[in-house]
Amino acid sequence: MLIFVLKRILAAVPVLLIVTVLSFSMIHLIPGDAAVVAAGDNASADQVAATRAQLGLDRNIVVQYLSWVGSLATGDFGTSLLSSHRNIDAILEALPVTLSLAFVALSWSLVVGVVAGVLAGLRRGTWIDRTLTGLTTLGISMPSFWLGMILVTLFSLQFRLFPATGYSPLGEGVVSWFSHLALPAFALGTVTAAEIARQARAGVVDVLERDYIRTATAKGLPRWKVVMKHTTKNAAVPVVTVFGLQTAALIGGAVIVEQVFGMPGLGSVALKAILERDFPVIQAFVVVITLFVLIVNLLVDVSYAYFNPKARQA
Amino acid sequence: MTIRQVASPLDTVRPRVASPPRPTGRRTTPSPGRAFARRVWSSRTNKVCLIFLGFLVVVAAAAPWIAPYDPAHQKLASAFLPLFSDGHLLGTDQLGRDTLSRLIHATQISLVAPLIAVGFAVVTGLPLGLLAGYLGGRFDWIAGRVADALIALPALVLALAIIAIFGPGLVNAMLAVGAASAPRLFRVVRGSTINVREETYIEASKVVGCSTARTVLTHVLPNVRSPLLVQVTLMMSLALLAEAGLSFLGLGVQPPTASWGSMLRSAFDNRFQSPWMVVPPGIAIVLTILSLNMLGDGIRDAVGQERRKS
Repeated sequence: MLIFVLKRILAAVPVLLIVTVLSFSMIHLIPGDAAVVAAGDNASADQVAATRAQLGLDRNIVVQYLSWVGSLATGDFGTSLLSSHRNIDAILEALPVTLSLAFVALSWSLVVGVVAGVLAGLRRGTWIDRTLTGLTTLGISMPSFWLGMILVTLFSLQFRLFPATGYSPLGEGVVSWFSHLALPAFALGTVTAAEIARQARAGVVDVLERDYIRTATAKGLPRWKVVMKHTTKNAAVPVVTVFGLQTAALIGGAVIVEQVFGMPGLGSVALKAILERDFPVIQAFVVVITLFVLIVNLLVDVSYAYFNPKARQA
Repeated sequence: MTIRQVASPLDTVRPRVASPPRPTGRRTTPSPGRAFARRVWSSRTNKVCLIFLGFLVVVAAAAPWIAPYDPAHQKLASAFLPLFSDGHLLGTDQLGRDTLSRLIHATQISLVAPLIAVGFAVVTGLPLGLLAGYLGGRFDWIAGRVADALIALPALVLALAIIAIFGPGLVNAMLAVGAASAPRLFRVVRGSTINVREETYIEASKVVGCSTARTVLTHVLPNVRSPLLVQVTLMMSLALLAEAGLSFLGLGVQPPTASWGSMLRSAFDNRFQSPWMVVPPGIAIVLTILSLNMLGDGIRDAVGQERRKS
């Protein structure tokens, strides 16, 4: 098992390497002179030269890349062009917001998705199945930020049950933290929940037709034991796959949902950097997101191995 | 030259590859394309989705004639009219512009934008996928690793990075979304190409001296078509979603042009004055994505690959 985990970590290295090359070359792909673009429209020649030096564009390109990756490895994500703050500070400040949002959204989508999917799969063909399948089809087609706007309008502006904007750190109380996260997490997690429910249903339907389920039923095992012991664990594999894929998509969606709820998360940092053409911040943002996705994928692979011993050999 | 076959009961099952030319002009077996279209059309869900999407295309094309008002006509005196107002079915926005007319005109952008994105993804992902799958070797390895790295990033984050380089705007945003979807398309095409690479008819084509380009275009491409069609349909819905999201962030379409996504933005900015403004563009987006998704699933079932259990 340990060897399996180490192998997975090694497999992530080339991906990380290519992503660093790509986000590094970003600055060199800018049409025209990157220093002129980054320095802004009204920059003087001195300011452009200063920006060029700050971006390191006056050095050899290989040296530039190596020194950038080298500082990444030591946790130095560069310095913002505009605020002279270290990027890592801005990101570390915003990270708990986005991670809290993603965590709550993923938790609720996993619970609701698995329950709905397993229920629909076990009650296949009944009205429960049809209702749940209809709801998941609708859920998949719903832009999360639109759902968020509807929720704000209903539950914050009309009924005043939840705060409409902002974020409250976990340190200032769990209730306040959760009440700020409930609506955005619900909006963000709906698509994920629907996708998980689809996979869980398909997984359950598939497993229920297998011989070992018939054997288990034939030998007189109670229904709940058949479901808990034999069905859910085997149906979990496709669910885990889609969970991993959805996590990446969810981080993308979080960027937009954060704007609807005025949350000071990574999305706000990135959006501000894009509009101000603050390239070092964007590069740091891309690398941090990639790290996050790679870690999630690693956890998904490890849980595969837990659910399906055959995968450990791969 | 016609090869006469000995009559046998097996003759009713026609070989799919070559049917001998018949003297009577009419063919009894439909071509694979026609048969496929018929299978797609035979499902009621697919029919409803196709009719709805066709309706949208007509609305987009005829927008100047069917929109009740000029979408840019401002009348501040009648701003923020609610839904179902007199003369303004879907109300008006913060500048008194008719929401229905804006929605009808925005259909053009909202349909063309995903086409740009998916078109770019096909133009880049299809040839690279065909080549990687067909040639294998070092090219396949390198292209595969780059695709892996790009897929590791959330598509929207990759699109944001590309927009950061080239600047905001509808075309840039959609090319970015296309570039972000290309690696996914690449994988699908590469996979289907590898499936047929070792078939005897590919070998036969090589033996008779066809060039690589000809072999790939005439023998590999038709086998990639169906999974490609499924992928493209589903990608259209993702691209529409991405357009809405990016325009909502202000990185996509720029005012005064409107898309459904940018209409959601102005609805959001005015949510305190008129909370109902978020409804019409949102429903347009949901219905379109719903029909594209269901159509994608329907085509997948008609193709027969990866048939969903139900």
